[in-house]
Formats: sequence, C-alpha cells, structure tokens
Amino acid sequence: MTASPLLSIENLSVYHGQFRALTNVSITLGAGEVVSIIGANGAGKSSLLKTIVGQVDRTEGAIRFEGADLRGTHTADIVRSGVALVPEGRRLFPSLTVEENLEIGWEVGRRGDIGFDDVYRFFPVLKEKRRQLSRELSGGQQQMVAVGRALLANPKLMLCDEISLGLAPTIIKDLYQIIPTVRDRGISILVVEQDISRSLAVADRFYCLLEGRVNLSGRPADVTHDTVVKHYFGL
Amino acid sequence: MVEIWTNQILQGVLLGGLYALFAIGLSLSVGVMRFVNIAHGDLIVMISFVLLSLTGGLGLPTLAAVAIVIPISFVGGYLLQRLLLQRVLGKDVLSIILVTFGLSIVIQNALQGVYGADIRKVGGGAIETATIPLSGNINVGVLPLVIFISATLLIWLLDLLLYRSRIGARIRAVSDSVATADLVGLRSARIYAIAMAIVGATMAISAGFMAIWTNFDPTSGPSRLLIAFEAVVLGGLGNLWGTLIGGIIIGVAQAVGAQFDAAWQVLAGHIVFLAIFLTRPQGLFPKY
Repeated sequence: MTASPLLSIENLSVYHGQFRALTNVSITLGAGEVVSIIGANGAGKSSLLKTIVGQVDRTEGAIRFEGADLRGTHTADIVRSGVALVPEGRRLFPSLTVEENLEIGWEVGRRGDIGFDDVYRFFPVLKEKRRQLSRELSGGQQQMVAVGRALLANPKLMLCDEISLGLAPTIIKDLYQIIPTVRDRGISILVVEQDISRSLAVADRFYCLLEGRVNLSGRPADVTHDTVVKHYFGL
Repeated sequence: MVEIWTNQILQGVLLGGLYALFAIGLSLSVGVMRFVNIAHGDLIVMISFVLLSLTGGLGLPTLAAVAIVIPISFVGGYLLQRLLLQRVLGKDVLSIILVTFGLSIVIQNALQGVYGADIRKVGGGAIETATIPLSGNINVGVLPLVIFISATLLIWLLDLLLYRSRIGARIRAVSDSVATADLVGLRSARIYAIAMAIVGATMAISAGFMAIWTNFDPTSGPSRLLIAFEAVVLGGLGNLWGTLIGGIIIGVAQAVGAQFDAAWQVLAGHIVFLAIFLTRPQGLFPKY
C-alpha cells in the first residue's frame, strides 16, 4: 500500500433517518489495489458505497479521495474526479440502448485511456447488441453494461456493488475475470460482495462489516476461512 | 354532400395541428419529465400577451416578436424548472400539481391585472385570410396549413433531439430513473431544466400561432390545457407523433360535431376523447 492512500475513510458514521447504518468505519485503499468489503445482508456495505459517491446526506467522519474530502460534494463532481460506481441491481436506463447507456458513463466521467473498443473487447456480446434496448438484455449482459458504463467514466477508483447478485455462476466468473485486467489498467477497485470466496479470491486486502462496524480486516492469505466466516456472521 | 364532409374533415385535421402544437410541450413534461403542468395553458396564454405587447405596444412585426419570445421562453422555462418546479418534483404527485395549479391562478390574475379581461388577438397580416382553393367548395387556409406543417416539423425535430442526440439520451435517462441518474453522476436537476427550456420554446411557437389564429383572454389557459391534455393522453404518453394524431382526432371530432350543430363542436371532441380513453386508457400509441 502507498504512503498516501487513494481512498481514506476515517471514523465514518452514516445515518438513514434515526437508523445508524455505519459506525466509526475506517478503511483505506491504495492506488492499484483491489479491496473487498464483505458482510451479510444489512451489514452496511451498500451504504458505504453510496456514501462515497455522495448519495447520503447525514454522515460523520471523513472520506478523502486523493486527499480531498468528498463529503458534501455533488455526485457528478465525485464521478468527474475519478470515482465510478457499478450499482447494486445494475440500475441501467431501460429505454436507452446499450450504446446510449455506455455513452452516459463516457459523458459523466473524465477523459482517459478506456474507450468503447476496450469495453467491447472485455464484453464482445455488447458490441453485437449495442443498438438493442438495455431492458431486452439478459441479467448477465445488463451487468456487463453496468460495468462497461463505469469503466467508460475512466475512473481511478471503481466501486462494484454486488456485481454477482442474481447471476449464473458462469456469468459471475466472466465478470470477475476482468477485475485483474482492469487493475492492470491502473484502476483501483473496491468490491462489495456477500460471496466470501469469490470476493476474497480477487482482493489484495479485505474488510468485514458486521452491523455497520468493521470487525475484521487484513490480507486474505493471512486469515483462515473459518475466521472470516465467524466474523461474517458475528459468531 | 361528400364535398362538405371532406372539407370539414380537412379543416379538422388542420385544426388538429394547432391542438398538437398546444400539446407538444405538455407531451414532453407528462411523457418524458413525468409530471403534469397545470399551468401549461396559462403559460401559453401569457406568452401570447407578451406577443400582443410586442406587436401592439412596440409595433414589431409578428414574426419578429415570435423570434424574440422563443429564446426568452427557453430561458424562462429553464428558470421556472430550476427555481420553482424542481423544488417539489419527486416529493409526491400532489405537490407538483398544487404548485402548478397555484402558478396557473397567479398567471391568470396577473394577466387580468395588467391587460384587463378583454378578448384579444394578434394580427397576422395577409396570411390570416389567404386560402388555397383545392376543388369546388374545398379551400385550405394558408395559416392553418402553415400551423399544421410547423407542428409536424417541430415534432420531427423534437423526436430527433430526444432519440438522436446526447442531450436527448440524457433526458430519457433521467426520465427512466432520477435516482439512477443521480447515482451514476448525471445532474438530473440541470437536465430537467434543459428539458423544460425546450418545453418553453415549444410554448412560444404555439403561442405565436394561437395568438394569430384564435382569440384569447387571461382565462383561456385551462381550456387550452384541457385540449392539450386530451391530445397527449389519446396519443399515448411519451409519444410525440401520437400527440399529433391525438390532436388531429380531437380536431376532426370537433369539425364533424360542428357540422351537425355549432354548439356541438367542443363537446364532440371531449366525447370522442372519452370514448377512446374508455377503450384504450393507455392511449393509442403509448411509449411506456
């Protein structure tokens, strides 16, 4: 990890009305790192990502990206500064074609090396279906569009929220295969997953969340599977 | 006899062009921006009064006055969305209806205060009375024909804008889901404001033609809104070409009704609307 992390979250607490979704969460992510956030349903993983991209108002603590505090920054400016989200449940625009959905990512992001050809090389099926409405695609293909849309924003940091959710194992394998390739292009990745094995297999480091708090962190090679499972379920 | 009916239907089709012009802006706000602007008709009437001031007060030619109000209405639409409508959008359906209803009342009373309650009209010059004889007793007015062609052209242009341009894709994206648009970094409030600015420009064009072809007074807005709303619903939400067809259906129904009895003109349009709405509540060509 570098001395000055790309993303640094310090003592972050997040509130949804009266409910506290995260409590004093501290996380760092260095340039070129893949970090996994694991945790059961309701652990606060998605809240963490939404907070990073400026979609939650009530927060305490600090979120620094390249040293600048992101709190209070408009999502559009956060994306423009180099953070892109692959949202949970794909969240495509159904009345737009595949190409138009990808163009949205290109337009909201910053200029960089990744272009449409790269996305079509990662996911050749999207090139064939680029004129089709996104709502006509299968779930796996829609997830490819969501990942492609985030990549076209040319992020320095890509946030992946449960990209395996509801997909067939072969599709999940294809999606996870591009993570090392993306990292090789200089993009850091924060992966949020319920699937422990899949998530830890691609990560340099991980954090486990339980009821909004980090209860375990480290390198996947340094902890046993049993230890992770116990912390995951709070046993 | 056949000639009389043919003539009436033809006049109805052309009248449908004017109704479609009223409805284009509403079609965008209902079908794409997903809210009903109760003040739509009043805004058109307000622009008509501005045209009246520019032509009557300052003595500008009508075409020049319209050319001036189009960019002003574009900016006005943008500001209206940013400063007022955006504040209540997304809260609940009732809020935006109440706010635009309030705006409607404010506009009507302001117009009465400034211009009085008299019925007005803007002079269009020779085009108002010019006709093209087709055959026998069938004549086509040049002004209604120009209005119809303008409505068709405007819909074609807006269709291109919505489905072949980047800003169009952004508008449709925000229309699909404001929450997702915000999540991926689109500035939905700004995009909505641009869409409302486009609506403003279409209002200015329809106000220009309405002010020349028909009489208007400060309380004409709601009746214009009703016709526009019927055209939008008949055509199907989100379908601009459907709005044109909706306008034509109402125009033809009115013309045919008037052929039986002049008092039936407006009622015939509403009856046909209700009949179609009962059988196809989703409209004839819904996009969503």
